[in-house]
Formats: sequence, structure tokens, C-alpha cells
Amino acid sequence: MSLLEVRDITKNFGKAEVLKGISFDVEKGEVLSLIGSSGSGKTTLLRCLNFLETPTSGKITLSGETLYDSEEGRNLSDREKRDRRLHFGLVFQQFNLFPQYTALKNVTLAAELLKREELKREKASAAAIKEALEGVRLKAAELLDSVGLSDKADNYPCQLSGGQQQRVAIARALALEPEILCFDEPTSALDPELTGEVLSVIKGLAARKMTMIIVTHEMEFAKNVSDKVIFMDSGVIAVEGTPDEVFGNSSNARIQKFLKSVNN
Amino acid sequence: MIASVTFGEVTLKLLEGFLSTLKIFGLTLLFALPLGLVISFGSMSRFKPLKYLVKVFVWIIRGTPLMLQLIVIYYGPGLIVMAARKAGTSNFFIDLMEKMNNFSAMTMVVIAFVINYACYFSEIYRGGIESITQGQYEAGYVLGMTKRQIFFKVILLQVVKRIIPPMSNEIITLVKDTSLARIITAYELIWAAQKFIKSEGLLWPLLYTGVFYLAFCGILTLLFGYIEKKLSYFRS
Repeated sequence: MSLLEVRDITKNFGKAEVLKGISFDVEKGEVLSLIGSSGSGKTTLLRCLNFLETPTSGKITLSGETLYDSEEGRNLSDREKRDRRLHFGLVFQQFNLFPQYTALKNVTLAAELLKREELKREKASAAAIKEALEGVRLKAAELLDSVGLSDKADNYPCQLSGGQQQRVAIARALALEPEILCFDEPTSALDPELTGEVLSVIKGLAARKMTMIIVTHEMEFAKNVSDKVIFMDSGVIAVEGTPDEVFGNSSNARIQKFLKSVNN
Repeated sequence: MIASVTFGEVTLKLLEGFLSTLKIFGLTLLFALPLGLVISFGSMSRFKPLKYLVKVFVWIIRGTPLMLQLIVIYYGPGLIVMAARKAGTSNFFIDLMEKMNNFSAMTMVVIAFVINYACYFSEIYRGGIESITQGQYEAGYVLGMTKRQIFFKVILLQVVKRIIPPMSNEIITLVKDTSLARIITAYELIWAAQKFIKSEGLLWPLLYTGVFYLAFCGILTLLFGYIEKKLSYFRS
């Protein structure tokens, strides 16, 4: 059994079929890259996994637990979506840090809220809650350190470069200890000289066996970091395999055309 | 007639009127600020009938003069009660109108002002809330935050920062709109000054009221400038 099993996911927006039956598996500790031209459905697929969109049909299973099954034929409640989202982390193209909070507070905010909620449910004492929150802060500081930003903990997002903001966003996603961390074109909004610092953080995570799904246009990076690559085209998986198999694929005309266009 | 009142006496009388002006101002803000938020949620509701009902209401309030609204709310209940008596009908609504008819002019002023300003505020709130990018909500969602947490912990302060300039405009307009209370016989600053025309034949106290309005608006301007500066530590 794979960690994540995605089966026949389709997604329609009105009459537009954006995903036309996507199936794949992700093993624990594996890095999967999703490549393909814009409009091919990569981002929509990622958003379905994070329950920002609800698939029109299909099934998503994580560690054997069904997260979504259109056969059950009902919409998920806000509460159910929230529970499911917590299995995944998502790093956005536009960072989406909370501008009014410092880098550290961006990392702790959601983790603190969850911790507090959990401890209140267990009827923990005020002292226990305080101690737990202190733990959250310590861990957040460690995470910022691990992305090389321990000196920026008290800075606000507007005082940080794009690359630094994106690294805070990665630390923020990691603070909730997701089973799978997703990236939606994490370097597309960055100046070329800033992409390296973000990519090296992601490489570091890969070395520590973080399970990740990465939508990217950085082909060199995808080739180096991935265990598996999926090339999407018009809402279907056109080619799937190891980086060598996909990038070395000479039989599929569409991927040849795509690789040629991104290399120019 | 030769003036027999001193500058100090006029100032004291005007201060009395100004206190009443402050009361209208303060009570209007106290109720209109939160009510505006409720109305803005209504105008953004996904439940279409509610949304359009609220939109029509806001249209009526913003589309008619505040002076007319004061007159309607002050004289309307009395007219309805009279008509009802003639027709011999009596129900909950007529009882309510009868009660309203006995409210003081000051209460009527505050009711009319609260409704009017809440509608204006609601549109400013709506603009502020809708200007926050979807990405902020989505970032909250993927971090397992609830809608309520996202609104109060993430969105609200960003909205406040964005609406400070238009809100300060409205609030400064409110200071001067309080003078409309006079037309339904609610006592305030202008009225306090006008009394000197009748009793002493003095016009200058009326001009003197300008100093009070100017001073108060000056303080508010400084206050809003201070808040804007306080919130300038982040950009959104």
C-alpha cells in the first residue's frame, strides 16, 4: 500500500474539464514532480489534494484511509475538509504570508491555534497549555533556523526578500508536520537569483526524506530532486516515470515539444 | 438690543450644545460601526434573497437625504398611528409605532444616524474585505484554520488598515452631519448658538460654532493619522 493513492480524479469548472482522470501513487519519503505547460491541470490537481477544490469524481486515499471518495456522493463539511487538509502542507507560488505578523509568528500562528484547541479538548491545565505553546515557539524557531532565517524571526514579511518570504512559508507549512508537503511553483514569483536559496531548502527536505509533491517549471531541479516525474498535458498524465525515463523520453512528441520550449 | 451676554457665557452655552453633539456622534459610532459589519456580511451573503434585500435597503438609505430620513423617522410613526386609529386597526406594528412616537427627539436622531451611517460603513467594509486576496484565506485553510479564525486572526487587521482613510472621511462627515439633528428639534451645537439670535439678537455665536467643529475634526484627523502610522509596520 502506498502512502498516497490517487484514483481517477476528474475536475470540471463549469463545462471546462481541467482534470480528466488522474491516477498515481506516492510512496513515503518520495519526491514527485509535476511538470507540464500552464493550463495542463497541475495546480488544480495540487489544490484538490489540499481540499481547496473538491474533485468532481475520483478517490483519494492516504495510508489506507479514504480522504475523498466521490462514490460516497456527498460534499465534505468545513470540519471534514479541515481535518483532511491537515495531512497535507501547501507552499504557494505567491508565498501568502500573513503580512501583519513577524516571520516567527507566521510559523507559530496556526500551530498554536491547533495546539490550544487540542489541549482544551483534553481539558489540560493553563500551565500545561502555556508550556505546550512555548514548545511550539521553540520548534518554530528551530524551523526558521533550518531554512537559514534565524536572524529574521522578528522581521515582517515586507522586510524580507521574495526568497526569504518563501523560506518562511516553507517553515510555516512544516510547523504543522504534514505527511505530504506540496509546492505550487514555489520559485515562479521569484527573481532568478533568488530561486537557488528556495530550491536548496527543498533539496534539504528531500535529503531528510520528506514526502513531497512539487509543481515546477525548473526542469534541472525536477531532474535532480525527484524520484518520480509526471508530465501532464490537457488534464491527463501523458508521461510518468523516473526522471531519466521522462526527460529522456523520445517517443512522446508532446513532452519533446514541451522540454524544447522550456529549455529555450 | 444691546448684547448683555459675555463671551464666557456664550462659550459655556455652546459647550453645552457641543456635549449634545458629542453624544449624537459617540452613540452613532458605537452602534453603527458593528451594525455596518453585520450589513456588509448581509450584502456579501451567498443566500441571494438576503443579499438583494440588504442591497435594496442600502440603496434606499444611501439614495435619500439624511435630512429626509430624519423627518420620516420623526413624523412617520405619528402619521401611521393616526391613520391606524382612524381605520380602527391595531397590531404589533402599530404598537411599535406608538412607542416610537413617544421616543425623545434625541433617540430618533440616534436611530436615524445609526441606520444611515451603518449603511455607508457597510459599503466601506465590503470594499475592504473583498480587496483581501483569496491567497490569504487559502493560506489559512491549508494551515487548518477555521473560517472564523482566518477572519479574526488574519483578515480583519488587514481590512482595518485598508479602510482607515475612507472611514476617517465618513467619521469626519458625521461630526458635521450632527447639525441636521436640529431640524427635528434635537438640541445640539447649532441650536445652542441659534438661541442667541432669538434671545439676544447675536449672530456671532453661530459663527463661533465653527471653532468647535474645526477643533474636533482636527483632533480626529490627528487620531486617524496616528492609527495609520501605528499600522504602517506592515504592508498588505
